[in-house]
Amino acid sequence: MFVLIVGAGRVGSAVAKTALAAGHQVSVLDEDPLSHERLDVGEEGTWEDRGGRFTVGTALEIDALLEAGVEDADAFIAATDGDNTNLVIAQIAARRFQVERVIVRVMDPLRAAWYAEQGLETISPTAHAIDMFEKALGLD
Amino acid sequence: MYVIVVGGGKVGWNLARELMDKGEEVTLIESDRRRYLVIEQELEHAVQYGDATELWVLDRAGVQRADLVIAVTGDDEDNMLVCQVAKEKYLVDRIIARVNNPRNLQHFKLLGIQPAVSATDLILRLIEHEVPRYGLVHLLALEEERLEIIELEVAVDSPAAGRQVQNVELPDGCLIISVLRGGDGFVPKADTVIEGGDEVLLVLDPGLEEAITPQFASPVRRG
Repeated sequence: MFVLIVGAGRVGSAVAKTALAAGHQVSVLDEDPLSHERLDVGEEGTWEDRGGRFTVGTALEIDALLEAGVEDADAFIAATDGDNTNLVIAQIAARRFQVERVIVRVMDPLRAAWYAEQGLETISPTAHAIDMFEKALGLD
Repeated sequence: MYVIVVGGGKVGWNLARELMDKGEEVTLIESDRRRYLVIEQELEHAVQYGDATELWVLDRAGVQRADLVIAVTGDDEDNMLVCQVAKEKYLVDRIIARVNNPRNLQHFKLLGIQPAVSATDLILRLIEHEVPRYGLVHLLALEEERLEIIELEVAVDSPAAGRQVQNVELPDGCLIISVLRGGDGFVPKADTVIEGGDEVLLVLDPGLEEAITPQFASPVRRG
């Protein structure tokens, strides 16, 4: 499977490393060149040596998405730190590039729920955190 | 009419004020606390504090009964999503979005956000109009209606110069609607002769420009 991950923050880079280690093709797109370092932490050899791909660019720019390989992607993960950016690029990946599996991180639980109803696969860390806090307090 | 304006920058603030002066009911939503406090001094209850990309903020502003939602923040993603949610979740009939980066216009189209207005594009059109060396001026584009109006300068040695309107070779889907000559504009008839130096206005289906321009351009400049 070819996975394109947009946003190499803590979440994006961790998922990228795991996916690569599991034998998938992984391409990462981030506007900050320094975020590349996260892909190398605790690993032997650079991200590229291990077979990974890294593109510096803004996710909203079609050229950057193309360079990162969006046309060949089987899965697209939108994990930048901006909900709105994630929601827009996820829809671009799904509608314009027909990526089969599009997963998007949305901090705002209300919108995560609504966009999930519209057919996007959304993950809301906030909703998970709320769940876990409530469980920890015995409120469930 | 009830209008929700999202974004209290120069565009949003002035827009809200103008609409209120026209007697419309307006709510302006601003997400920056300091900016909000400044605007609130003038617009008072007509301004609300909050991030309009969060559903409850739009809800609180009464998006359900809005006749028009205008998103004019400096962030294109915000503008897209505010309009998308207003249109698709709250079924607001009319939306208008501001495009900050003209390159993002394609994304607004992809998400069905129309009309999307780019100030940069509008100023580019004005430049075309004021600096006619570009030859072709886009005067108006009605995207949804699939109609465009363009202005062209007729070169003296172009195929159209000296011809009657009915004999100018134009593809289907376009029509010469007006001729500007010596500072005056008039609506031509079929036998009106077009002269070099005229400016002609055409209404056309989008995408026909390339087929049309050679008729009015000098053969030397063509190709």
